[in-house]
Order: sequence, then structure tokens, then C-alpha cells
Amino acid sequence: MVAIVPVMLKFLLRRLLSMIPVLLATVTLTFLLVRMAPGGPFTDEKQYPPQAIEQLNRHYGLDAPLHIQYVRYLGNLLRGDLGPSLKYPGRSVNDMIAETFPVSLELGLWALLVALVIGLAAGITAAIRPNSALDTVPMTLSMAGICIPAFVLGPLLVLVFALHAGMFNATGWYTPSDRVLPAITLGATYAAYIARLTRAGMLEVLPQDYIRTARAKGLGECRIVGIHALKPGIFPVISFLGPAVAGLISGSFVTETIFDIPGMGKMFVASAFNRDYTLVLGLVVFYSVLVVLFNTLVDLLLVVLNPRLRMHT
Amino acid sequence: MSTATDTPIAQGTPPRVLAWRRFRRNRPAVGALILLVLLAASSLLAPVISPYPHTLQDLELGATPPSAAHWLGTDDLGRDLLSRLLHGGRISLAVGLCATFVSLCIGVAYGALSGYAGGRTDNLMMRIVDILYALPFTVFVIILMVVFGRNLLLLFVAIGAVEWLTMARIVRGQVLALREQTFIRAARVLGYSHARILARHIVPNVIGPVIVYTTLTVPRVILLESFLSFLGLGIRAPMSSWGLLIGDGARMMESYPWMLIFPGVTLSATLLALNLIGDALRDALDPRALR
Repeated sequence: MVAIVPVMLKFLLRRLLSMIPVLLATVTLTFLLVRMAPGGPFTDEKQYPPQAIEQLNRHYGLDAPLHIQYVRYLGNLLRGDLGPSLKYPGRSVNDMIAETFPVSLELGLWALLVALVIGLAAGITAAIRPNSALDTVPMTLSMAGICIPAFVLGPLLVLVFALHAGMFNATGWYTPSDRVLPAITLGATYAAYIARLTRAGMLEVLPQDYIRTARAKGLGECRIVGIHALKPGIFPVISFLGPAVAGLISGSFVTETIFDIPGMGKMFVASAFNRDYTLVLGLVVFYSVLVVLFNTLVDLLLVVLNPRLRMHT
Repeated sequence: MSTATDTPIAQGTPPRVLAWRRFRRNRPAVGALILLVLLAASSLLAPVISPYPHTLQDLELGATPPSAAHWLGTDDLGRDLLSRLLHGGRISLAVGLCATFVSLCIGVAYGALSGYAGGRTDNLMMRIVDILYALPFTVFVIILMVVFGRNLLLLFVAIGAVEWLTMARIVRGQVLALREQTFIRAARVLGYSHARILARHIVPNVIGPVIVYTTLTVPRVILLESFLSFLGLGIRAPMSSWGLLIGDGARMMESYPWMLIFPGVTLSATLLALNLIGDALRDALDPRALR
């Protein structure tokens, strides 16, 4: 274990350095896209008088040349300041993220729980007896999970369990039972992918010699499958989880819209519609940081779990 | 792929035929193929076979459940759902195919060039792909659609530009292995130009994995378009697409559940068919598979 630490530090440092070009590219691209838009954020909907627009532009620093605005934005970003919202006067993007992110985080964690429990259970069951009913039934279901997108599944769940059976509220985010349908809607696709990855991973591991050795030593089947095979068997799942977790907890556009959940995803769609450019930009930056962070974390986890990877890092 | 490395076991049977034979043995995939052909044909013929014009409103009629006159019912504006579904299929499938084609062209060209060039060029080109991979592209597509208006051509390009990265990686990996083989060296010794070697000798040999990945890209693209239209960022009424119909259906499902169910089932069935075909092709084109 002692030898791992410096290797890990080097690895972490390199990953953190490689974050810089990615984040810079994201910020630059989004900044340019948003600023290339025909018409400013104040030109549509409400008919402001020209002087008011000029004043607004000056107030938000939008009258400066583009490159000056860009440098200014980067400078503020380095200090962790994402700027003011253009459509909600007096509120900063930082505040708005701080308000919506916990909601998305909670939804994401519930969905992750759904995805992991269902996905791992189905995948392991399927791998133990390949081509039996215990394999084909969960795998058919997981195919269905991949092919029924959240924006079909969500409304269908609402239709059946909320409107007809009356077991849950159709929308809202108030009581604990309000978490059930959104978590299933968001988690289902991930559960399906995890089930397939787990099955594939386990099928690769189970025929190997050390599993036969474990059997020969007389270990219980539960111990063999649950400990010896599972650890290397779920490596593909872990690498899948990096981007998946970031996507789950940073707010699902569709699920939050369907269930009217006040999270980051719904706010992003609204801010894009409203042309609230600083809010769009701030959300994209926050989201990219999350993605890169989780990818790094997952890679780190893989190195810790898989000794064979340590050679190459 | 299979022609270059394998010893000819079944003399005289072209690998294409062998692959087709293997594909045909996969019952669900054949069923999926038939379903898909039917869907594509009916969507293509939508203007001819639709029972009603898909934008024709009948406000007095309003939303009616499925009946003899309207097989799949009508929506809240009295438009025939079957006609809208058929026309929606045109858009959804067209976006799926065109955007996949865009991603196919970019991905194959980029990947082949990167792998063939090798060395520092390859390194640089793949670093760029790595960086692009980390960008939140769904978010960019949303911003693009909002900023530049929802236009169909932009939708093709935006989706196509997002989906080429994996294709480039796959092709590059294949080409790296190919370029050291004798027949490529022979072509070089014969003095053929790089362009000719790439187009005539390299690209045809990576066709297997490319076909497989293309089939698996189409459902992803259709899904992305539907997702955008569902959020109100893609196709706009009175035009029709499956995502748009599902969005309308989700808003109306309390009173008119058929408006959600039929488009939802159609979209899911199409995605299922495409995924089954993709998986079957992967097995059929795998050179290691039993013959």
C-alpha cells in the first residue's frame, strides 16, 4: 500500500492538469455560442426602450468588446464568481445553482440507488445461469429499459400509478413519496445499462481459473460470485458510472421537466429558453466540472481496485 | 475485415454471404428488420397512404379515442393521429439517417486519417477527440437550437457533429492495425498515392465495425431528436415528429391517454428494432464467429 500513494498522487496531479484544456474549451465554446446569438438577451419578448437596453447592457458589461468580456468572465470564474443572472435581477448564478443543485443531487442519488440495485441484481442473476430463463427474462427487460426513453416512461408511470391508481402525486417535490416515480424514471435506463455491463463482465470472469480454484477449495457459491467474481466483474460498470453519476446528479432535463422538480435540469431548460446567457454559461461550467471530477474519481477507484492498472499510471 | 486476416475456410463463399447467413439465423433480428422496413416504407409513403392530411384540424371533433374513421384517434385539435404518426416517422427517421450519415462521414475520414498518419499527427488528433469527448454536447445542442432557431438542417448538423467521436476512435483503432499489413505495404511500394491507399485499400477493410456502429448510432440519434422535440427545442408544430407527439401526449395524457401511448410505443419499437439489428450485425460480422 505504501508504494501506491506517490503513484496515486502523480496520477491525480496529471488528471487535474488535463482538466484545464477541457474546461477552457467548454467555457470558450459556450461563451462564443451564447454571444453569437442574433439579438441580445434584452431584445426579444418585452419591448424595452432603446435607452433602457443600452443601460442594461452597460450594467452587465455587455457593451465592452467581446474579448474583453471573455477575459473578464475568465477572471471572475477563477475567483469562483459566475456572475449575475440576466433575467432574475439581483440574483447571482452562484445562488441559483446553490439553490437547485441539492434538489438534483437528491433525485440523482435516489436514481443511482435504483439503477445500482436493479442493475447489479439483474446482471448477476443473468450471468450465473446464461441462456436460462433467469438470463433471458432480465436481459429482455433491460433491452426494453434501453428502448423506452425517460420521456416515454415518465409520463406512462404518471398515467398508471398517479392518475389511475392514485398511489403518488403526478408532479411536485414535497413528500417522500414524490421521490419514487422520478427516481424510477431517471434510473431505469441506467439500470438497464448496468445490468448488461454486469452480465458481460461476470461472464468474462466466471470461467477463469481462479474461480475454479475457489470452487475446488469448497467455498460457497454466494461467496464466489459475490466476492471473488464480482470485484473484477464490475470494472466495466465502474467505468460506466463516472459519466453516468455526473449526468444523474447534475439534473435530468427530461425527468425534472415531467415531474416539475425545481432542480438544475429544469432550470437549464428554462434558462436556455429565456436566453439567460450568464445562467446558461454558469450551469454548463458547473456541469463540466462535475463530469471531469467524477471521471477522475472513477479512474482513481479503478486503479485502487485493479492492481494490473497500476503499472501504466 | 474478415477477408484480410482469416484463412479461407469455406472456399468460394464470400464473407458477405456468410455474414448474411449468420444474421438470418437470428430470429428476433429478422423480425426487427421486417418491422423496420415496414415502418420506413409507410413513413416514406406517408403523403400517399395517410388517411388525412397531417395538419388538418377539426376543432369541432376535438380529441376522440381510436375509431373506425380514425384508427389511432385524434388529438385535441382534431388532427388524425395515424397521419401525424406517419408524417412524424418521416422526420424522425430522416433525422436519424441524415445525422448518422454526417457522423459517419466525419468519423470515418477523421479516424482513417489519424490512424494512417500515425505518430505525432495521430497523437494530436486523438488528443482533440479526447477533449471533445469531455464536453457536454447535449447541452451544446440545446444551446444551438435555442440560439439559432429550430431549423431542421441545423438539427442534422448539430447531432451529426456530436456523434462522430466514437466512430473516429473505432476506425482509427482498426486502421492502426491494418496499416502495418503486407498488402498495404505492397500498395505503397507500387507507388500508389496516400489518397488512393486510404480510399481503396484501408476504408473498405474497416467496413464491418463501421456498419455495426452505424446501426447502433441511428437509434441514439433518433432518441436525441425526440428528446429535443419533447422539450420543445426540436421540430415545431404543425410539423410532426415522434418526440413532438410524445410531448403533446404527455401534456394531454390525463384526458386522452392514446395521444401518449401510440407515439411512445412506435418510438420504443423502432429503437428496439434498431438495437436488435445492431447486435445481430455485430455477431454476424464478427470474424471470430463460427461459420
